[in-house]
Order: sequence, then structure tokens, then C-alpha cells
Amino acid sequence: MPSVTYTQPNGTQQTLQVESGTTLMRAAVNNGVDGIIGECGGQAMCATCHVYVRPEYAQALPDISDDEDEMLDCATAERTDSSRLACQIQLNAELSEIVVDIPVGQL
Amino acid sequence: MSVVIIGAGQAGLQLADSLRTEGYDGKIEVIGEEFGVPYQRPPLSKDYLAPGKEAAPLPLRGPSFFLDKHITLHAGVRALTVDRPERTVKTTEGMLEYDHLVFATGARNRMLSCPGALLPGVHGLKTLSDAEALHMALPAARNIVIIGAGFIGLEFAAAALAHGCNVTVLEFAPRPMGRALTPVMSEWFAGALRSQGISLRLDEGIERFEPGTDGRVAAAISTSGASYPADLVLVGIGVQPNDTLARDSGIETSNGIVVDETLRTADPAILAIGDCANFPSAHSLGNLRLESVQNATDQGRHAARTILGTESPYNALPWFWSTQGPYKLQMAGIPQPNDDILILGDQSEAKFSVLCFRQGILAAVESVNNAADHMAARKLLSAGTAITRNLVESEGFTLKAATREVSLVSPVP
Ligand SMILES: Cc1cc2nc3c(=O)[nH]c(=O)nc-3n(C[C@H](O)[C@H](O)[C@H](O)COP(=O)(O)OP(=O)(O)OC[C@H]3O[C@@H](n4cnc5c(N)ncnc54)[C@H](O)[C@@H]3O)c2cc1C
Ligand code: FES
Repeated sequence: MPSVTYTQPNGTQQTLQVESGTTLMRAAVNNGVDGIIGECGGQAMCATCHVYVRPEYAQALPDISDDEDEMLDCATAERTDSSRLACQIQLNAELSEIVVDIPVGQL
Repeated sequence: MSVVIIGAGQAGLQLADSLRTEGYDGKIEVIGEEFGVPYQRPPLSKDYLAPGKEAAPLPLRGPSFFLDKHITLHAGVRALTVDRPERTVKTTEGMLEYDHLVFATGARNRMLSCPGALLPGVHGLKTLSDAEALHMALPAARNIVIIGAGFIGLEFAAAALAHGCNVTVLEFAPRPMGRALTPVMSEWFAGALRSQGISLRLDEGIERFEPGTDGRVAAAISTSGASYPADLVLVGIGVQPNDTLARDSGIETSNGIVVDETLRTADPAILAIGDCANFPSAHSLGNLRLESVQNATDQGRHAARTILGTESPYNALPWFWSTQGPYKLQMAGIPQPNDDILILGDQSEAKFSVLCFRQGILAAVESVNNAADHMAARKLLSAGTAITRNLVESEGFTLKAATREVSLVSPVP
């Protein structure tokens, strides 16, 4: 099963095994990972699922869509080159492992 | 100390969560009549019905939430009566005592009363089980009739189109989503829906449904006498607040449970939040009852602070979104009939915003496929920045640039 590791701003990590096809947002919400809210239910409409993807996993990711790009610009925490919306990233055979950092604030 | 929350939906769970986050260490009990893990409603009319998408509900909180935060969820339990002098709630499973009671009971679908409204094949969409029934029925459906061109009806229309169905929408009013949108936006949507192949019948209501030989719905007869073939009908004619329990306990209701600016009812031990609450709003011309995730979650957060003793008024900016096939509609603020309108962007490209000015100052923004405008509008309106019509009409103005240029006063939490 694909695995995802969420790193909190204080450094604590939580690794989840999730089914293929699950998004990083859904896996986090399903498992009560703090700091990922997902207020719009994964529609790229709220930017409350902002995460920083560790560079070594970056090239396995799908491209950023225009919607995602615009929402990231508006996220509460600073946008960097590794910023993504967790609801737009799905775990599957190509992306079976990923480590992300959770920003300090989503709202 | 104990807080009892009636309703395990978007507002109720946010309140429970925020109480803990804000340091409340008393008892928290949430009563929810629906069985299973509380879930988010918005995906039910979107991803959940889309062809080829996984039809799994999105929980509001993970299963460990209740244990970790020491919150008791009484799932599948209904609150029956409230005894205010005794400060108790009677439920289908016994009695609960409260120091603070919060109504987060949401709303229920308004029902049609015309002949045939109860025929098999006529659906509503509010709960997970409604969505499950529609998910099962959609792949085999051909001719779909939708009663009501509101958000739910039109989101469902988009899902039905994606399943290859013929879609007819009957709307009694002269324009779609007329209660919520400016006339410009609503008329743009009328055109966009029609160009996608949806048959949008405005000024036309439902008279009755007729069954086929199998006893299931087969046709919808409209107020104009026209007959539309229908093997599946969705009724989306709005909701009514669940305020009976409050009214029966002597709390004032009027299109919802009436609360003051701190979200308390006239009984200081009782609050109401979310779809069921009627509250005074600085963003509107009077009292409001809103049906949105933003309203439910922001009021949940605010009620937690009220319970913990903060007396600040609730004044979060209302915002809302709806996804209808290729169109992402986002709104910030509440348009009013007399607002002065300006359009930014290109309507023919389906990427534009409608700006609403009140006394010359920006008060609400509706956007289609323009997240940048929407998010900028949210920032500007929440911060109370005065964006004038003159400024917007100046060379090279964009809302996004304005968020950087105008020094933002930090929003009141
Ligand atoms: C299909 C659908 C799509 C939507 N799409 C969007 C969208 O795109 N964007 C958006 O912003 N909003 C959307 N909404 C609206 C949003 O989901 C609601 O505004 C929000 O859920 C309101 O939260 P709430 O807690 O007030 O009510 P709810 O989430 O409805 O929760 C209230 C709960 O209280 C329970 N209850 C009531 N009475 C009792 C009782 N006596 N005892 C025990 N339990 C009781 C109810 O069963 C219910 O589970 C959508 C709603 C639906 C139905
Ligand atoms: S969940 Fe709202 S943008 Fe990802």
C-alpha cells in the first residue's frame, strides 16, 4: 500500500498506509492529521489543505493546474516552490511514497 | 461543566473541535440522529455522483478524533425535548445534562406536495443515503427531470449530463439560482447551462408526476401543461431550518433559531449555529440564515469562544462555492438587489467576476473560474478594505494586485 508521511511544524511525523487512489488531503482528514482542514472537500476551492512536498518526491507529482496555482497564491502560509494542495495529489503506483511538511496555519 | 451539541454535522463538529482547541476541558457530548461517521455534504452532489469517481463519503473528522479529543458522539440518537429550567435534553437513549446547549441541527429538504411526489424514482439530496440512492440510479437513467434550478439541482444537472442523460430543469422563478446570485450572473448561467445541452425551463413549475406501468415515475407534467419524460427526478427546491425542537422549548424562531451577534439565543445557556441559525450580519442589510460550509465552520469556531466567555460579535465574511461541470462558481459577501454592478474579465471565455458596490464601496464578488479574484475578494472584504468603484475602473486594476498594494488592516477573528 502507498504510504504518506506528514511532518508537523514541530517536527513530529505521522506515516499512514493508504489505498491507491486516495488523495493526501483525504488520507489526512480520514486519520485526523492536524493542520490539514480540507474545508471544500477537495475541490481546489479553499486552500486549507496546503502542504510542502519534500523535493525528492516532486518530480513524481502531477502538474499544477491553473486552479491549484491560483489557490496556492492565496494560501495563508507562505507559498514556496514545493507548495501543493493536498487534495490534488493522489497516491498510486507512480507515487507510492511521499513526505510532506504541514504549514503553520491554514486559515 | 458540560456542553451538549445537538447535530453532528459541519457546525456541530467544528464547535466540538474548537472547544478543545481553545482549551475547554469539560464534558462535550454530540448528539447526531444519522448513523455512522459524520461526513461532509458538499461532495455528495459533486465527486460522489461523478462517473468513474470513488463514491466514498468524506468524513468530517477521522475516527480517532472523538477518542483523542474526549468527545462523546451519540450517533443514531435523536434529541427529543429540551427542559430549560432543568437544563436537560431528553434523547432516544436517555437524558443528558448541560451547562451550555447548542443547536446545530441543520436544515431539512423542503418537500413537494404535488400528485405523484412520492412515486419511486423521485429523489431528494441531503444525506449520504440520498446520495447513495442517486449514485446507484444514475448509470441506468436516461431522461432526468430536475425540479428547482438552485445549487443542488444544477450540480446534479452537471452530474447527470456527465452520465450522458437528457436533462430538463423546471424552475418556477424567471432565473436560475435567483435567490443567491446577481441577475447578471444568474443570466450568464442560464445561457451557459443551455449551451451545454441542458433544457432549462424557466417560469415553469411542476404540476404532477405520472407513473409508468411499472409504478415508477415516467413523466413530469409542468404548470404550462407540457409533459417531460422522466425515469429519474431530483427535487431541489430548498430547505427549511430544523428549529422545531428549539421552538417547542420556548426559544424564539423565525426562519431559523434567532440568535444575537454572539450566537446566543435569549436564553444565555443556549446557542444556535450553522444552517439552523438566524443571525444579525454586518455583511447584509439585516438578519441572515445561511446554508454554507463557511457559515457552519466559522460559527462553530465563534460559538466555542462565546461559551468560553468572549463577548465579541460574529462578523465573518460569508463565502460559498458551487461546482457545476466546467464552471466553478465562488462568492464572497452577500449581493443586494440595489448593488451597483461591474464586470471584470471575459464573460465569453467563462472566466470573469461580478463586482457589487454598495455606496460606492466593494461589498460582494461573484466569480466564475477565477479563483484568484475570489480569494483576493475574500481577503479585501474580510479586512474591511474600502475598494472604490473608481479604483477598480483605473488602468491595470486587478483584485489580486489590490491585496498587495492596499495595506491590509488585519481581519477581526
Ligand atoms: C448535497 C449538498 C451539497 C452542498 N454543497 C455545498 C457547497 O458546495 N458549498 C457550501 O458551502 N455548502 C454546501 N452545502 C451546504 C453545507 O453542507 C451545509 O451548509 C452545512 O452542512 C451546514 O452544517 P450544519 O452543521 O448546520 O448542518 P448539517 O451538516 O446538515 O448537520 C446537522 C445535523 O443535525 C442532525 N439533527 C437535526 N436534528 C436533530 C435532532 N433532533 N437530534 C439529533 N440530530 C439532529 C441532522 O441529522 C444533521 O446530521 C451542501 C449541502 C448539500 C446537502
Ligand atoms: S480541500 Fe479545499 S483546496 Fe484542497
